[in-house]
Amino acid sequence: MLSSRLHDLTRLPLAYALQQLINGLTLGMVYGLIAVGYSLVYGIVGMINFAHGDVFMVGSFLALIALLAFGGFPVPLALALALLVTLALCGLLGFAIERVAYRPLNRSHRLAPLISAIGVSIVLQNAMQLLQGARMKPIAPVIGGGMNLLTQGSFAARLSYAQLAIIGVTLLVLAGASLLIRRTDLGRAMRAVEQDRMMAALLGIDTGRTISLAFVLGAALAGIAGLMFLVYYGVIDFFMGFEAGIKAFTAAVLGGIGSIEGAVLGGLLIGLIETFWSGYGSAAYKDAAAFSVLILVLMFRPQGLLGQKTAEKV
Amino acid sequence: MKNALISGLIALVLALPLAGLVTTPDQSLHLVLVFHPLPVAAITLGAFLAQLALGLLHRIKLPPLPMPRVAGLALWGLPVVALLPLLGGRRGLDIGLLVLTYMMLATGLNIVVGLAGLLDLGYVAFYAIGAYATALLTTAAGFGFWTALPVAGLMAAMAGLLLGIPVLRLRGDYLAIVTLGFGEIVRVVLLNWQSLTNGANGIIGVPYPRFFGLDFTRFGHDSVFRAFGLPFWPLARPVWFYLLALGLTLAANLVVARLRRAPIGRAWEALREDEIAARALGLDPVKLKLGAFASGAFFAGLAGAFFAARQGFVSPDSFTFSESALVLAIVVMGGAGRQIGVVWAAIVMIGGFELVRDFAQYRMLVFGAALIFIAVVRPGGLFALRLPSVRLRS
Repeated sequence: MLSSRLHDLTRLPLAYALQQLINGLTLGMVYGLIAVGYSLVYGIVGMINFAHGDVFMVGSFLALIALLAFGGFPVPLALALALLVTLALCGLLGFAIERVAYRPLNRSHRLAPLISAIGVSIVLQNAMQLLQGARMKPIAPVIGGGMNLLTQGSFAARLSYAQLAIIGVTLLVLAGASLLIRRTDLGRAMRAVEQDRMMAALLGIDTGRTISLAFVLGAALAGIAGLMFLVYYGVIDFFMGFEAGIKAFTAAVLGGIGSIEGAVLGGLLIGLIETFWSGYGSAAYKDAAAFSVLILVLMFRPQGLLGQKTAEKV
Repeated sequence: MKNALISGLIALVLALPLAGLVTTPDQSLHLVLVFHPLPVAAITLGAFLAQLALGLLHRIKLPPLPMPRVAGLALWGLPVVALLPLLGGRRGLDIGLLVLTYMMLATGLNIVVGLAGLLDLGYVAFYAIGAYATALLTTAAGFGFWTALPVAGLMAAMAGLLLGIPVLRLRGDYLAIVTLGFGEIVRVVLLNWQSLTNGANGIIGVPYPRFFGLDFTRFGHDSVFRAFGLPFWPLARPVWFYLLALGLTLAANLVVARLRRAPIGRAWEALREDEIAARALGLDPVKLKLGAFASGAFFAGLAGAFFAARQGFVSPDSFTFSESALVLAIVVMGGAGRQIGVVWAAIVMIGGFELVRDFAQYRMLVFGAALIFIAVVRPGGLFALRLPSVRLRS
């Protein structure tokens, strides 16, 4: 049965490949959104925010709760409200995490922030498990329908409206984030702190506030990614943040950590690799595939695809 | 007070949807929201009080711990703690073995992270390789525990070399993420290589270590009790295994303590403090890093063998990232590089963890919170003092 299906698929190369491309891009957009948060924080503070994947998971739960709460409203309104709620509350969560777990150890030993981040990750996972239960949380499809792009025989490459919405909203959000970082005073402050924290402080930039806002922005983007994930897959659980988190971090490193465009590019690549790998090879090893690519890239281009090579200061 | 109010307010806003509106399946299994006010109140109040307490704590300056005296106590307290499992019966021995397994793991990771300063987040991979090597060798290849033990260690060390080669050029956080990826790849392979590892079902029937070729069965021609004419004692087998693990862990710790003072240990510390300076002084970072990875992995392989024999069973579930995180937490809490600190951190964290198993639901939550708290209050580790082993005398 399965082999005959695979046989069919290999006879329909174009439509099948197009379908993988669409699925890969959608997944990649979600990874990209999470990866931007890693990149922002890493660029500015120089730490791996290990709990970021779990902020994404909490964002997904917030989106689920919001969608259920606004269930009586028309779908576009409910989605818009859920987006706002998730964005705002995740941002607040990011703010709280930074205050509690990271700010107090700003200038300490390199490993302490990592341990603290692992602690935050454990707390978020277990708090959600205790509060919302350990079971999978399924939700009825929020955005139904789609359009057939290319039909070959019995197989049609289909772009669902949910995928269209995810790709569209992600592009908008990323454009907004990019604009924020390039054009506004806050963005300028962030880039200044990233380059030289002490000099930025001497020039009158409130570095504490800037760092805090980087966390808030990253967490808000992760929250949006959580909503996207929920809308796309329709099922979430308390443990999903770990896997998504390490893949997104992989994406950030792959693209060149510290660069927003790199994070998005890395996310898309990881999404595509994963989808094509399970579409043509075995789904079992898809997680290994993304990491293998990462190791290869780092061996030959340690600064990532779009990262800048920095000379080491002595 | 103002801070406490703000904390409470933030907690309230976050807890209202996340804790207050619980997604519950109704009769037709559709999720509906059910309002639970109690957790919201508890979280809000908790955040308020915690902030208040922290504010008070800041006013009181704690005197620094008198380190020499603490170090002495730490050393002489160990034999007492080592005896405890023997008095605790079956469960006590089981916890003791688990603590020793993690102590062995932490001893190995301490070489990589504490001495050489290489951040390894995929350490669990070597633990898994040791455990699977033991399981496969004893169940499929006819090895005993004793012959499987060194092979498990060596196989893990080989894997350490294998991982070491591609990551030599990477530093800091890139190294961390690649090792993390390596850990995941090993787990995924163990999960999917059905013909060798039996996939998610794992391998059962890993034997306990025997006593010089004799077994701890009540009857049978190779029974220890029969050979020595002793009455049957059901605890003899775990006691023997515990003492064995204790001996091996002690040996591992002595080896690492000697390594620290040996030229290679000093070279590792130099590498940790400043790679460029170390290279300028003629040290070869390639050899040093490979050596650190391989010897760290060797101890993880030994710990894996303990684990496989203690459980009698291995499966990929036991080798997730959270194990790596736990061992790393032990090393860092122990004050990265401090031998005695790492030993105590393993006892406190794993032992403490097991003692509150009855509150399984909350213990991970408390563990996470404790990690944050310790990182914030004592960023250098619980028993912190990261000093180089050798210093210039003034």
